[in-house]
Amino acid sequence: MNVKLILNIALHLLRARLKQTIVAAVGVTFGIAMFITLVSFMNGMNDLLDGLMLNRTPHVRLYNEIKPSDQQPISFSKKYQNNTNFISSVKPKDRGKAIYNCKSVIHTLTLDPRIIDVAPKVTVPVFFNSGTIEIAGIINGIDVLAEEKLFKISDYIIEGQVGDLLQYNSIIIGKGLADKMLLEKGDIIKVTTSKGNLTSLKVVGISQVGIADIDNTMSYTSLVTAQKLLGEPTNYITDIQVKTYDITTSPALAKEFKEKFGLDTIDYQTTNSQFETGSSIRSLISYAVGIVLLIVAGFGIYNILNMMIFEKMDSIAILKATGFSGSDVKWIFIALSMIIGLAGGIFGLLFGYTLSSIVDVIPFNTAALPTVKTYPINYNPMYYFIGIAFAMLTTFIAGLFPALKASKIDPVEIIRGK
Amino acid sequence: MSAIVLETKKLTKYFSDPVKFQVLKEIDLRISRGEFVSIVGKSGCGKSTLLYLLSTMDTDYEGELYLEDTLITGKTDKELAQIRNEKIGFVFQFHYLLAEYNVLKNVMLPGLKLNKLPEAEVEQHAMDHLRTLDMADQALKMPNQLSGGQKQRVAIARALINNPLVIMGDEPTGNLDKKNSDLVFDIFKELTQEHQQTLLIVTHDTDFASRTQRTITMQDGKIVL
Repeated sequence: MNVKLILNIALHLLRARLKQTIVAAVGVTFGIAMFITLVSFMNGMNDLLDGLMLNRTPHVRLYNEIKPSDQQPISFSKKYQNNTNFISSVKPKDRGKAIYNCKSVIHTLTLDPRIIDVAPKVTVPVFFNSGTIEIAGIINGIDVLAEEKLFKISDYIIEGQVGDLLQYNSIIIGKGLADKMLLEKGDIIKVTTSKGNLTSLKVVGISQVGIADIDNTMSYTSLVTAQKLLGEPTNYITDIQVKTYDITTSPALAKEFKEKFGLDTIDYQTTNSQFETGSSIRSLISYAVGIVLLIVAGFGIYNILNMMIFEKMDSIAILKATGFSGSDVKWIFIALSMIIGLAGGIFGLLFGYTLSSIVDVIPFNTAALPTVKTYPINYNPMYYFIGIAFAMLTTFIAGLFPALKASKIDPVEIIRGK
Repeated sequence: MSAIVLETKKLTKYFSDPVKFQVLKEIDLRISRGEFVSIVGKSGCGKSTLLYLLSTMDTDYEGELYLEDTLITGKTDKELAQIRNEKIGFVFQFHYLLAEYNVLKNVMLPGLKLNKLPEAEVEQHAMDHLRTLDMADQALKMPNQLSGGQKQRVAIARALINNPLVIMGDEPTGNLDKKNSDLVFDIFKELTQEHQQTLLIVTHDTDFASRTQRTITMQDGKIVL
């Protein structure tokens, strides 16, 4: 098969019907452009929403849960071992919230090659005092540098710096709390722990994650300050947060750590399963819409090619008479269709990119997402690759049927028919 | 090389639409190299049908067809296309040039398809043929800018481009006035005399037929003379 000649003939046939060709290509362009814009936008949105929750959630969290012992005293008794024992009114056992031997656990985890880093945390339930009013809340004592590295908390801090937490007795409070208690950066806040200790902390920043529940109750301080609040020593850690390189391995890792360290573990998928569902459905919708647009474009091409074959019967007959086989003619029309697909597709990618860039600068201000100023767009080259592959595939299929028809045209019938 | 260019053995063809009807009845035919043959006969006697069988474009027949002692019957569509490309040149009643290409490209196309010579050489040959047919100055025009006689000359040049074994014509002068058909006839005559080109022409024109070397007369699907 002489590819160059076939392409040349296809191009000449296209040039003779330039207007129709452009209309067909514009159909593809429109389909691809919309597909790219939609997918980029949807995925940008997904990334944003996932980031909102997932980036702030450890992939695996190690902690001590308050729960009843799995082994009640009776099960240790040899005498009743073969009996079925009914125990009523079982109470949970307080093993203390502190993770035993946390320093060595953290050390072991840090050396694990599958893990990015480890951030220890102390959770302190407190009351924030404002005059006579007490507002319940939680203070997270965090390892400032590790926390910033893993969860980028600075993204959510709208006033002040994370680094300021390294000073003793400093605190960053949620926007909701700050509004309620009329606090600003630099003010002093009084905090009572559940054990009754009263401490004054200096507000060095205000954070906003966009989830009212969190903004009303959550505040951050350094590990040392939190430990001091509770009157506990420096090895008092209630949570160990782990981020892994491959997020999909976290359920397996959670299981492994549970057995290895004898701690309770929870992975992000269990905590945030609804987000996964949301993301995948959004992607599905954008792909479905893109494909539908391309199929419509495909029908356009199919029509135009059918018409072109009808018009070019004579040319097809003469090509066949002068030595082009049915398969040559078939490839001429497939080439024709795919030229439309390629040209339309490439313009589609360009327009899709332009449209995405335009969406990317449209202001998008929402109280829920303080760090986001414009609509989010994900410029993953993969979408562009999928887009052009789809364009080629649909035009190939759209061209195939008319091309098969053309290849079966009997030249004798046409030539004698005149 | 054999002196027999084209040979048929008991070539039979039926039309099945609307009723089964035998168009060609066991035709035995031999055409030698360099012969200028015309096929004449009344409308519907099957002369065009015979030509299209010989052209390999119509494969729905019984009997055997040989081209240079090679059996053509039963070859695949691809092989037949190759044979048409290389060994047979066509001139039809209507010019059948590709409207998308200029004259030169139209002539070159079968040569490019054959792909045995570089493009420049094919172009050189095409120009030579156009020059012989006195069409060199029209080479870059589009087919729709030419007159009927000119188009037919371009079609002849195209038929010649691959130095075919045989040139077949279906009423090549049927659509032309007296002056132009004489011109076409003279070209054919010159081809047989000077280049030993084999020609097989179906025609209505008895005047045209009478001037050829050999006339085959057909009647009711049979060769009568």
